[in-house]
Amino acid sequence: MSENNKVDLTIDDTYTPVEYDDQYILMVNNLKKYFPIKDGMLQQTVGYVKAVDGVTFNIKRGTTMGLVGESGCGKTTTGRTILRLAGEKTGGQVLFNGQEVYDFSNKEMRKKRTEMQIIFQDPFSSLQPRMPIGEIIGEAVREHNIVPKEEYDDYIDKIMDECGLQPFQKDRYPHEFSGGQRQRICIARALALNPEFVVCDEPVSALDVSIQAQIINLLNDLQEKHNLTYLFISHDLSVVEHISDTVGVMYLGNLVEYGPTDRIFNNPLHPYTKALLSAVPVPDPDAKMNRIVLEGTIPSPANPPSGCKFHTRCSECMECCKNKAPVMKEVEKDHFVVCHLYDEQ
Amino acid sequence: MRKYIVKRLIISLIILFFVAFIIYVLMRSLPTSYIENVARQKSMQPNSKSFEEWMEQLSATYGMNQGLFLGFINWLGRFFTGQFGDSWYYTVPVIDKFNDTVWLSFVMGLIAFTLELLIAIPLGIIAATKQYSKTDYTISVLALAGISLPTFFFASLLKLVFSVHLGWFDLFGLVGRSYELLSPMGKFLDKAHHLVLPIVTLVVISVGSLMRYTRTNMLEVLNADYIRTARAKGLSEKKVIYHHAFRNTLIPLVTMIGGSLPGLFSGALITETLYMIPGIGYTSYNAMVNGDIPFSMFYLVFMAILTLLGNLISDILYAVVDPRVRIA
Repeated sequence: MSENNKVDLTIDDTYTPVEYDDQYILMVNNLKKYFPIKDGMLQQTVGYVKAVDGVTFNIKRGTTMGLVGESGCGKTTTGRTILRLAGEKTGGQVLFNGQEVYDFSNKEMRKKRTEMQIIFQDPFSSLQPRMPIGEIIGEAVREHNIVPKEEYDDYIDKIMDECGLQPFQKDRYPHEFSGGQRQRICIARALALNPEFVVCDEPVSALDVSIQAQIINLLNDLQEKHNLTYLFISHDLSVVEHISDTVGVMYLGNLVEYGPTDRIFNNPLHPYTKALLSAVPVPDPDAKMNRIVLEGTIPSPANPPSGCKFHTRCSECMECCKNKAPVMKEVEKDHFVVCHLYDEQ
Repeated sequence: MRKYIVKRLIISLIILFFVAFIIYVLMRSLPTSYIENVARQKSMQPNSKSFEEWMEQLSATYGMNQGLFLGFINWLGRFFTGQFGDSWYYTVPVIDKFNDTVWLSFVMGLIAFTLELLIAIPLGIIAATKQYSKTDYTISVLALAGISLPTFFFASLLKLVFSVHLGWFDLFGLVGRSYELLSPMGKFLDKAHHLVLPIVTLVVISVGSLMRYTRTNMLEVLNADYIRTARAKGLSEKKVIYHHAFRNTLIPLVTMIGGSLPGLFSGALITETLYMIPGIGYTSYNAMVNGDIPFSMFYLVFMAILTLLGNLISDILYAVVDPRVRIA
């Protein structure tokens, strides 16, 4: 390899530790997750895919935070990294109830997993194909002794009933169910562990629109009943508007805007958020849509643009955007944005 | 299911018919002819008939004066009525010679196969769970070496080291020189001792591919979403690997293992020949080299039946093991 195309392999994993505030169930501070790119005979690391590159947000107990962004922007990796399902983090903090998730030993982590669950995007591949669904739902209940042995059967029946499944279906295999039912199984499985916090990783994007509504209502009902906190990852803005209390907008591994749902949807500040929202279809054929069309494609996360990562596609790009990365600013109460446009305000 | 099996059996019979025909044609066209050899020897004797006359007489005796097609039909008719004939080279009924030799091959194959499973499957799982680690690379390189080694070369190497230099084992044969003088227990141990090198050869040569197969299937399963689900449940790593991942890896494995069971009867032609173990492989090798048509035909058709049977068992097992596959 010649000198001039050598990539800088140093990782900046410094962060200012945050003070724990007990109204927040989850505090994510400057979280980073890089995946090494290996090449050559000796499989040396020649670069990193910066899937999550410094994400900061907090979620209040009993609320839902929506995480939106286009495909490949790092939403899913963020969700998995928070739950420690993607190997070790690269940098930053994840505080769950004030405790650093990555400080737990393997044994403690296994116990903690009952408190923080995940519902995956694809209900077809995320269920063990050769296990009856009663076992899929109940296996971890037994493993962690969530309920006493003699209540186990009733408990599984109750959970299945709550999630809209018939208890007599217990002995059936996943392939005997439809997509919507399978997603209900996934929800029942997560819920059976009695979690406080659930990452919903695009739980409805693989389903029909009519089924989507059912599943979202189910998630809403369960949230009220069990006082759950959700991190709802989706690329569907109307779903996110419906279900979330706060919304974060991601672009290329970074959060560009973050705030209460109505502020984000009524008063978007970041040019990327504006472009995203202008793409939401309006159910009126006569309405004229003023779409802001983004030019070009999303740059590679292995080699992101300098300065503000969005400057290559931004309609309001300024000179300073090209070499100076913007920092997060609170423009109005609880409404944060990462953009040079709001530097002087 | 029954309909499916019957259909498969009928197709197998048709395949078998053509396979038998091809084997028959090949056997008849071999450059070594048993009859020619015998005729030449007889005509060499003093005051004997000429070679041509002997040929004519012997061909008629052995039924080889018919054309290819007619000869095949005759052979087929006898085969299906259970008359396998006498072996020309061994001068005993084919079925007797077969019975005498096949069980030795079977025992040898069974031991080698069991060892293979016991070595290959755990190694495959370890290699897959530690993908791209030093352990994985070591196991994979060894497996590849095993796959790439030609049997005759590896067997010669073993003989050189363990027989010639170390003198631990005899070079070939199933029994030692003083076999007849030993007690029953001693006889058994003597045979076992002579089988060590052949079995080691068989295991080393074939363990690699089974290990690679386990590793590939295990890796595929370990990357599946439901394994992530199992981890998210907070199950122990042991449970994730053995209860969730390995169970799903078992399906292709059981299918393959079931399919190779009939193969245990087919013997190991090269290994047996190299070590001169009088199993079915070595016996049929000698028969073929000497142009013994009845024995070779019987052995080759038997092999064809085993292969077809193996495939059929694989397919049936697939339906049995996988609860999702239910053939109408």
